[in-house]
Formats: sequence, structure tokens, C-alpha cells
Amino acid sequence: MVKEEQELANRPDNTAFTQQRLPAWQPMLSAGIVIPGFVLIGLAFIGIGVALFVTSRSIQVLEFDYTGVDQNSPCFKCSDPKVLNCVCNLNFSIDSLFKGTVFFYYGLSNYYQNFRKYGVSKDDVQLSGDLTNFKTPSDTCSPYAYDSNNQPIVPCGSIANSMFNDAFKLYQIINGTNTLVPFDGKGIAWWTDYNIKYRNPSITPLKNAFNNTVKPIFWSKPAYELDTSDPANNGFINQNFLVWMRRAALPNFRKLYGRINEGDYAQGLPAGNYSLEIAYNYPVLSFDGRKKVVFSNVSWMGGKNEFLGIAYLVIGSMCVFMSIVMLIVYAKFKFPEEDGVPGH
Amino acid sequence: VFCPQQEERRVRANDREYNEKFQYASNCIMTSKYNIVTFLPVNLFEQFQEVANTYFLFLLILQLIPQISSLSWFTTIVPLALVLSITAVKDATDDYFRHKSDNQVNNRQSQVLIRGSLQNEKWMNVRVGDIIKLENNQFVAADLLLLSSSEPHGLCYIETAELDGESNMKVRQSVSVTSALGDPNNLALFDGEVVCEPPNNKLDRFCGTLYWRDKKYTLTNQNMLLRGCVLRNTEACYGLVIFAGPDTKLMQNSGRTKFKRTSIDRLMNTLVLWIFGFLVCMGVILAVGNAVWEREVGSLFQSYLPWDPPVDNFLFSAFLSFWSYVIILNTVVPISLYVSVEVIRLGHSYFINWDQQMFCSQCNTPAEARTTTLNEELGQVEYIFSDKTGTLTQNIMSFNKCSINGKTYVKMYFQRLDFTPFNPLADPNFCFYDDTLLESVKVGDTHTHKFFRLLSLCHTVMSEEKSEGELFYKAQSPDEGALVTAARNFGFVFRSRTPGTITTTEMGRPVTYTLLAILDFNNIRKRMSVIVRNPEGRICLYCKGADTVLLERLHPCNQELMNITSDHLNEYAADGLRTLALAYRDLSEDEWEAWSESHRCADKAASCREDRLAAAYEQIEQDMMLLGATAIEDKLQEGVPETIAVLSLANIKIWVLTGDKQETAVNIGYSCKMLTDDMTEVFIISGHTVQSVRQELGSVCLSLNGTGGGGKQLQCPPPSPPPPPSNLMDNISGEFALVINGHSLAHALEADMETEFVSTACACKAVICCRVTPLQKAQVVELIKKHKKAVTLAIGDGANDVSMIKSAHIGVGISGQEGIQAVLASDYSFSQFRFLQRLLLVHGRWSYLRMCRFLCYFFYKNFAFTMVHFWFGFFCGFSAQTVYDQYFITLYNIVYTSLPVLAMGIFDQDVPDQRSLEYPKLYEPGQLNLLFNKREFFICIAQGIYTSVVLFFVPCAVLSNATQSTGVPLADYQTFAVTTATTLVIVVSVQIALDTGFWTVINHVFVWGSLGLYFTIMFALHSQTLFKIFPNQFHFVGSAQSTLLQPVVWLTIALATAICIVPVLAFRFLKVDLKPQLSDTVRKHTR
Repeated sequence: MVKEEQELANRPDNTAFTQQRLPAWQPMLSAGIVIPGFVLIGLAFIGIGVALFVTSRSIQVLEFDYTGVDQNSPCFKCSDPKVLNCVCNLNFSIDSLFKGTVFFYYGLSNYYQNFRKYGVSKDDVQLSGDLTNFKTPSDTCSPYAYDSNNQPIVPCGSIANSMFNDAFKLYQIINGTNTLVPFDGKGIAWWTDYNIKYRNPSITPLKNAFNNTVKPIFWSKPAYELDTSDPANNGFINQNFLVWMRRAALPNFRKLYGRINEGDYAQGLPAGNYSLEIAYNYPVLSFDGRKKVVFSNVSWMGGKNEFLGIAYLVIGSMCVFMSIVMLIVYAKFKFPEEDGVPGH
Repeated sequence: VFCPQQEERRVRANDREYNEKFQYASNCIMTSKYNIVTFLPVNLFEQFQEVANTYFLFLLILQLIPQISSLSWFTTIVPLALVLSITAVKDATDDYFRHKSDNQVNNRQSQVLIRGSLQNEKWMNVRVGDIIKLENNQFVAADLLLLSSSEPHGLCYIETAELDGESNMKVRQSVSVTSALGDPNNLALFDGEVVCEPPNNKLDRFCGTLYWRDKKYTLTNQNMLLRGCVLRNTEACYGLVIFAGPDTKLMQNSGRTKFKRTSIDRLMNTLVLWIFGFLVCMGVILAVGNAVWEREVGSLFQSYLPWDPPVDNFLFSAFLSFWSYVIILNTVVPISLYVSVEVIRLGHSYFINWDQQMFCSQCNTPAEARTTTLNEELGQVEYIFSDKTGTLTQNIMSFNKCSINGKTYVKMYFQRLDFTPFNPLADPNFCFYDDTLLESVKVGDTHTHKFFRLLSLCHTVMSEEKSEGELFYKAQSPDEGALVTAARNFGFVFRSRTPGTITTTEMGRPVTYTLLAILDFNNIRKRMSVIVRNPEGRICLYCKGADTVLLERLHPCNQELMNITSDHLNEYAADGLRTLALAYRDLSEDEWEAWSESHRCADKAASCREDRLAAAYEQIEQDMMLLGATAIEDKLQEGVPETIAVLSLANIKIWVLTGDKQETAVNIGYSCKMLTDDMTEVFIISGHTVQSVRQELGSVCLSLNGTGGGGKQLQCPPPSPPPPPSNLMDNISGEFALVINGHSLAHALEADMETEFVSTACACKAVICCRVTPLQKAQVVELIKKHKKAVTLAIGDGANDVSMIKSAHIGVGISGQEGIQAVLASDYSFSQFRFLQRLLLVHGRWSYLRMCRFLCYFFYKNFAFTMVHFWFGFFCGFSAQTVYDQYFITLYNIVYTSLPVLAMGIFDQDVPDQRSLEYPKLYEPGQLNLLFNKREFFICIAQGIYTSVVLFFVPCAVLSNATQSTGVPLADYQTFAVTTATTLVIVVSVQIALDTGFWTVINHVFVWGSLGLYFTIMFALHSQTLFKIFPNQFHFVGSAQSTLLQPVVWLTIALATAICIVPVLAFRFLKVDLKPQLSDTVRKHTR
């Protein structure tokens, strides 16, 4: 009896876990699963690819480079940085209705918003409206934390300082007269940026919060004057400012400037001649950058995106092709010796 | 005065003041490494001696430099802290248990003689020079000089199981002058001084002198009671503390054993170094890129992004960029790799300990993985070196046959002899079948009587007689026990012994012999003798030993008898029995006196005492008269032939290294199916000289080649010069076996013949080395380790296997009859040889498979993760901008991807255990190192890099022009980061799902749980709540929501996943189809 008890004390537990006999699913790459699986995936991808491709084809995009490198281009005169307050007009015509809602973007090339030092050069606490960081901006903003008189810069840092400041006005030319096509600049930023991440200090008037601070060096007007007409679009929650502050992932990018969704243009831009008036302020030629404007409409899948559709089609067809190859290989090598394990 | 180089130790009894001058260690032992105060600094110091940990500390320091820091400090410190704390917790637990056992030992009570009275003291307060009293069954507190005992002649008995694993009792005797002291009052006045050797670890040797009352007394190990022994059969004894605490032989012996590393460990270290190199290359490439970029673009871009103050030219910027990239690419060197590997191995060790099928219910011992770091190497074993006795056999001896005066007594009738009517003292468990022997005893045949008298006198067995007639024998080796028991049953009953006498009952008549001398057994002498004086006063030497040594020392008149007996011996050996030859010699009083004098001289010799003693023994063991021979059967363990068959099917070569004679060994070889009649030839090498061994090896080599038939030939060199390293002999047809004798082996192991020996021996299917010494066993193992890049495993059960167990890659101890020394030296232990097949073919194979799959996946996932930064470098001005959120970088390795791969590493199975035993060939990939090697590593890395390319360029291509359905572009950094990170987590999760072959509940929970955890944590980190509390830390507010609601993002993720996984899937399917591994086939048919 004692011996048995002792034995029980030393004998390992007989559980599925300790004996490594847990019930388990043991999947295998059998032909019955893999080949039909490939066909299904392939067909699904082809289906999605076709849908994407067709959708993408239906999206209209209109793009103009207005950097003014070419002597013939309308903005050539403005490309010299010495010319101040230069305005140039870009004329174009639309043959058929550009279906709405039409989105208007500006784009920059060879512009490194994703540079690490550039990306950290801002003060999130300051931008969330904390007045202590108005007095003492974070070190990350250096060298745009204080101006030469040691006054704190608000908003500080490279990103804010380099904010894009070209302004655009679109006119439709009807019978020689220019009709303004209004851009709606509301709701072009992320909801969280507008409502949570960026906050103005709760001081009215807003100007007082900026006492003893200076505007960013490249800015023509201080932050509290970005949109004097609308307090909900002024200061740190100015939508163009927010769009700029959301830095791009790649050196060629475009950012939303406004949408055309008012009045006669809610259904889109009718065929006709248009003129885009550009207040050319932002120098990019010094670093071989390019500026462009883009008109585009969107579908359920967003803007024009041919790559996605094509990629889906390619991958889908490759899956189908592979399934055929696998079927051939399988038929050739597997059927004769279906049964029998070597050594048995 | 403290002298650092202690040449000798002086201890004066009962004089603490005098002894304190020498500052001897106290009896307090401390095996623990830390205390509460020193734990943190000491443990951290130890941990930072690991290269990997220091590397991460270095990274941490780099990250604190603002110009370089491309990542927040916590991305490194969190994993580092986690790794350090896991190790620290493990160390702390280990140390806690050490503290506990130290405390328990230090606080044991002992009785110390202080100022004439016995006082209870804790062990730790016992000092050198104290006299302590020991009672029966107490542990000896320190190394003591035995002064007196309650038993006559100052004798006492000890059990040394804890010290050397031998479970028989040993006798110790005090010097005669002190044994007279007796009671505490006299002992308190004892002021002898002992001068002896400094502390050392030799358990069987002690050399010292006692000076007392102007006289010198020699002290030997026979007078010592060592710490760790237990007093038995002795009421009480007194001893003088000579060595205490850390100076005791027990503690001096507890040195750390050599740390074994597996081949995967070594490969892993190499690979980590390569990865370091790779990391530096990447850093350099990106730094050069940065230099070019800063010169061509960055310098012009300065209007929007001026260089930081310390940077004034592009070269300096590139220099900083190098370090920044070292920081962000550091995740290719996985910090959690080592910890994860340890965790997996620990898991596998537990599975070994838990395995019921390796539990022996007869001896109630489960298998034990005593080392947790070698498991996967169990799946790669190519050579097994096995002891025979106790490993292949049960080591339970039974007296089976004997030859007395030229007549052999063997099993003839099936009637078991009943001894009880003849002899009331007989052991009822004893079996013998030949009644003519009993008749011969009854009629009083002189030779037969002498034969059994010898057996009853010539041994070192201790007896215990609990009640009249109820005898228990405690024997050092089971052979001896069997022989004494045989004598007992045939009427020559050994009753008891004192150092000077042996009392027996011969044919019912009690006889007491005076024991004049015991000529000990050892491995070189291979015999033992006793010299006794019988009651009539005649002196006789009785000797038993290996036939080879004994037959050489016979009187010439024995020639005829010797021939007959030799034939009998060969017969017995051919039956696989262990044989001994017995002889005696009558000594005259003069001869005895003369020899006794020379023996005394040798005994007292200060230098080379052992050699001189051996010479003295040699001198008297001459001209002996042959009595006969005994044959003892040692039964094979259960399942040995089957196990050996399975193991050799698994392409494991088994070498038996045994001390037995050639015939016995060969026979055991046949009975356990190592040697078969189908074998083309069994070569036997038994030359005594270098030349003859060389010649024999050469002819073996020739006949191996003779059957080879073309192709690559084994190079058989002429006797000299030594051959170049032999090429492998793939084309030898037929099966061969090699049997080599110890004396030939000694020559074969010499430098100029070893390559030839190795190549010949490895061409044979089975190798048996007989008559080998423990040292030779180790040498053979070392030889194979040196010449073959193969994993070796040594298995044995006795003290003579310890050296071989320690030198093999893996040592396995059989916990059986011969104490626990082999087990203590081993890495794995269990009680039956047949468990070896399960240990190797099931546990080892699984461990290897799991570890390989784990490593492949681990390197893959880290490369896939990290290399994305490299590609991004080309698009962000080489600015060391990370692609992912810093929290993702912190958590990726320790939270999002750690558990599924751990679960795979611990639980994965490709085929069920039963199948791996049925198809031993499944074991081969491990031996050939197929599942994880440099090639596999590069494949994993390549797959990782491929994945990283897809992970970066697919989102890059899709998102650069894509917009949300509200027209907002998706190409912002945060959306890109979230998309890439999500794709990465999904791709590596799908990959682990593909790699996992055995989905238990735990795998499901971990895989799905990790994915769930990723999304949960991401949403939490991107939540408004956290941002409102720490606006500076959580920049990604709202990104998760904004990104993951976009269909385009999900289409991107699906696309990237498909591009990553589809080729892998197709490749694996085609591989299974076109080139199926055995495991695939077995697995398929198991379903």
C-alpha cells in the first residue's frame, strides 16, 4: 500500500498536456485543398481586380505642373524667388462634364516631409493649446523654436515654418467673364486632427494667447490670422494648416486644398474653359522641387488607383496559372503511388 | 598568521585560540551566489557579460544621444528589461532554493565538546579543531579524524551514498592510541596536533600525521569520516574536525561541471555575428546614401530643413546617420531570441520529465532532464557509446555456473535446488540447478570446500544480521554479492567481519579466521586477495580475479587443470557470462613474516605509495593453485535488442565499451542483436604491440575494401606513414563489425594510428571495445568527436562511465544498481536502456524539429520587420525615419509575435510519437543537420527580405495616389505606418499558421490572441484618452480608426499578404509533391 502511494508520488501525471497528446488539428497541404484554394483565390482576385480596374478607369483626373521651369509656362515669371507677390494664371479647358464632387489638390515633388528631423520638428503640446509651451517651445523645434531676438515662435518647428502658402482661385470663363468656382476648405483635414489633436488655447480673442510670441519666420501672417473670417478655421485648427501638418509618407505627395461642391458646381465641373489663379509664393526650385495642382473625383475606393486593379489581376491570374501547374505536377507525380508508405 | 599558499594544515585539538591563527574556513557553507543587497548589482553584472545584453545596453546609450536617437529609448529598454528580469527571476528562484538548503544544512545540530562538556551547536558554529560527537544515522558535519567509537577497536561504519554514490557500508577505524580515550572527559584533555595536506578534492586519499605525547602516528583515509557520510551500525563516535565548510572534500568536489553547448547554439552564435556584420553593412550603405543625399538634395533643402547645429557637412551627417540606422535596424539581432530558446528548451525538458512512457514503475523513477540546454541535440545523435553492465544488462547477478577442479557444473536439470533442509542459513531467493555440486559439498570434496571457503572469505561484503540467521549482505558490486550468496547456500556462510577477523559458519560449524591482509581490487590489478589465518593457525592466501591476470600467476604444476578450466571459462564467456578465476596459496609463517614486513614498508612510504603497494601485492600473488572458476549471469534488460535494432535503423551507430572480456562482450553483442549471423564478417583486433595492431587494422581495411567493388575506396595505408584523413566509405557492401581489445585500443588511439582506426571503425556497423578502462572510454568518445562532425551520446550507469558521460556531447545516466555517480554527471537520466529510443526518436526528434522551425521563423519575422526600414531609407533621405510607430517597434517582438512562435516551438509535432518509433528513418534529417543550417538560414533571411520588399513597396505603390472616399489622400506617414504594420502582423501570423503543423488549443489561443491583441493595443494607443493625458507621446491619435476604415487599405493588406504567402504556399505544395520527405509521407498516411 505504502509502495503504491510512493509510486503515485513519482509517476508523472497522465494528462493529455503532459503526455503531449492534446487534441490537435493537423493541417496538410493536400492537393484537395491547395489546388481548389488557389483557383478560388485566383478567381476572387481577378474579380476584385476587374472591379477595381473598371472603377479606377471611370475616375477623372486632371493634373497641371505649375512650377514654371519651362519658359513657356504661365508661371515661369514667378519662378524667380526674387519676384514677390507674384500671381499667375493657368488656363485650361474641360471637354465633358468633370463629375463631382471634384477635389482640388496641390502636389509637391522631391519634397521630404518624411525626413526624420523634419518630422519631429514640432511641439505637440504647444499645438494642443498648452500655453506653457507657447513660452518655452520644445527643443525638438530647434532651430525654429526661438527667433533671433529669443522670442518663442508659435507654432514652432520646421513643419509649421515650411507651411505651403500658395493660394488658388478657380474661375470658369463663360462668355469672357470669370465666374468664381468656390473651393470648400472645410472638412479637408482628419476629424481627430481638427477635434482632438490640435486645439487653440481657450482665450478670446485668440490673438491674446500669442502675446510675446512671434510668427514662424517664413509666414506672412501669424497663426491667429490664418482665417479671420471663421474662428473655427483659425489658429491651430485652420484646415490648410492641419493638412500641411499631417506629413506625407513619400517625397512626392499631394494634399487636399478644397472641394468643389457648391451651387452650380455640386454636380461637377461642366465642360468649358477655366482659369486657375495662383498666388505663387512657395519656392521649390532651389531644391529642384515641383509643384502641381490636381483635379480629381473619387469612387467608393477613393481616387484613381490603377496599380491596385492591375496588381489584383496579375496576382489572380498567377494563382490560377499556379493551380494549373500544380495540377499537372500532381497528376504526373502523385497518382501512380497514391498508396503505400515506404518501408511498410 | 595567514599564509595564502597553504602547504600543510595544522590543527590542534581543543585549542580554538591556536587554530584561529590560521583563519581556517568555518563550517558555514554558502552555495548561494547572492544576498538581498548584492543580488541586483551582481546579477546585472553577470547578465551584462552576455554579449547580446551588452549590445543592447550599448544601443540604449546610443539612443540617449539626441543627434543619433532615431527611436525612443523605451523601444530598447522595454524588451531589454523584460529579458533581464525573466533571467533575474530565474536566477533569484534558483538562489532562493540554494539559500534554503544552505540554511537547513548550516542549522543542523551537532554535539560539540566544549570545555569538557558536550554542548549542542549548529553546524555552522563548528570550528576546525573541535571534537564532536556523532550518533547513529547522523550526517557527518565536517571532515573528521575519527578519535574513538563506541564499537570495539575504534571501528565505525559509514555510508557514503551522498559522497560517491556507493550504497554499501564502509568501515573506518581510529588510530589505536585515540580509540582508548573513550569518554568525553578524556577527550577534553586530548591535545594532539594533526599536520596534514591542505584541502583537496580527492575522496579516497588522506595523508597526515598525528603528533601526541611526543609520538607520531600516520593517518590515512581509513581514519577519516568525510562530510556527507552517514554513520551506520555504530552507536556513537567522536571525531576531530580537520576540514570544515568549504574546505571539506564534499564541497571541494562540488565544482561546476563543464558547460555543454549544442551545435545549434554554436550555429546561432555564428549567425548572430553574421547578422551583426549584415547590420553594419546596411548601416554603411544607408550612411553612404545619406552622404549622397545630403550633398545632392539635403543641402539644397536647407531652407525648409536646416542641418542641426553639430552637423556642418554631409559627411558628419552620414556618420550620425550610420549610428541612427544601427539603432533602428537593431531588431535584426533579436534580443528575445536567447530567452525564447531557453523557454522552449525548458518546456521540452518538462515534457521529458513528464513522460509516462519513460517512467519505470519497478524502480519508481521517472526520466529526468538534468540539463535543460541540450534537448535539440538529442535529435541529431549519430554515435552512441554504451556501457554494457547495468546499461544493456540489468546488473542483477546470479551465480550460474562454476568449474571446480576441472569439473564443470552447469544447468542440467530444471529442478531448482532446495537448500533449506541442508542449510538453515540459505538464502531462499538463490537459484541453482545442478545437484551434483550440492552432493559434492555434502560428501566433503576438498576442492569444492576450498572453492566455497574462498568465496566466503575473499570479498569486501559487509553483513548485517538483524536477527539470528536473517543475514543481509551489502556488497560494493553485485558480482561479489552473488558469489558470497552462493557460498552461503552451499554451506559456507559468511556471518560477520571485523577489521581483524572474519567469522563464517562452515557446514554448520562456526569458524573465525584472522584476517591478516586484504589486497584490494582495482581496475589495473583486476583481482583481489585476502590472507587469513585459520583457527588451526595455517596461513592461506585466497585470490579471485579476471582469468587473464590470474592464470598468469599460477604455479607451473597447474598447467593441465588450467587448460581444462580455460576451456570452461571460454564456454561460459561464450554464453555471455561474467567469469572469475579462483586460486589459493598456502603460506608458511616465514613467507608471511617476510612479506608482511615489505608490505608495511610500502604502506608507510611517503611517495608512490600506491605503486609500491601494488608491487608488494604482486610479490605474494604468485605460484598460486587454481581452484576453479565462477560464471555469473547478468540478464539483458527488457527491450534492449529491439531498442538497438530501432536505433541502428535510425542510422545511429552504437559502440559498446565494456570492461568485460572479449568473449563475454561479443556474446552480449549477439544477444542484443548488435552482432548478427547475417554479418559479412566480425573483425577482432587483439594485438598487443603497435605493429600487430597496425597490421590487423590494415587487414580489416583491406577486407572492407575487398567487398567494396569499385568507386571510392577506403585508403588502406601500408603500416606507415600515417594515412591522410580517410574519405568516407559509402560503398562498402555488407555489414561488418569490429571488436577491439583494450590493450589494442591503447595502441590504436595513438596519434599516428587514430585516423586509420576511426575510418575503419566507422565503416563497421557495430563496434565493441572490450576490456577498456574508464579513461579509454573517454578517449574513444573524444576521438570520434575530433574526427567526425557528429553528435555523440554516452550512456552508462557506473562510476567508470563518468568520464565518458562527461566528454560526450550528451551524457545519459542509467539510475540502476551502481549508485548515482553516473546520474550525477549526466545530462539525462532514466532507469532503462530501452527508454533511449523514446528519448532520441521522439523527444530528441521533436525538440530538434521544433527548435529548427522556431529559429527559421524567428529570423524570418525579424528580417521582414526590420528590412522595411532599409527600403524606406531610400525614400526619406536616409534620415533613419522608422516606418512604424515606436510603440509597434517596442511591442512587435515581445507581444505581437512572440507567443505563437513559442507555442509552435514547444508543442509542434509533425508525426505522432508512435510513428517516429515505427519509422526510425525519420530521425535522419537531424543527423544530417537538414532542418536548420546556414543554407536554411539564408532561405529564411531571403524570405524575410522578400516579405519586407512586398511590405514596403505594395503599400507605397497603392497609397501614394490613393485617397479616402472623402478625397483625403492616404499617403500620409501615419496611414502608411499603420497599413504597413498591420500588413506585417497579418503576414507573419499567416506564416506562423502555415508553419504550425500541430494546432492545439494553445496554438489557436496564441495565434488568434496575438492578432486580437495587436488590434486592441493599437486602438488603445491611438485613442483620444491616451492622447489627452500625454499629448507628446501618442502622436498617432485617430490613425488606426481612420486607416482601417478604408477599403483601399484592406485591399492593400490582402494584396500584400497574397504576394507574400502565395509563392510560399505553392513552393511548399510542390516540394511535398515532387520531393516528399519521409515525414510528409508518414504524416499523410497517419491522417
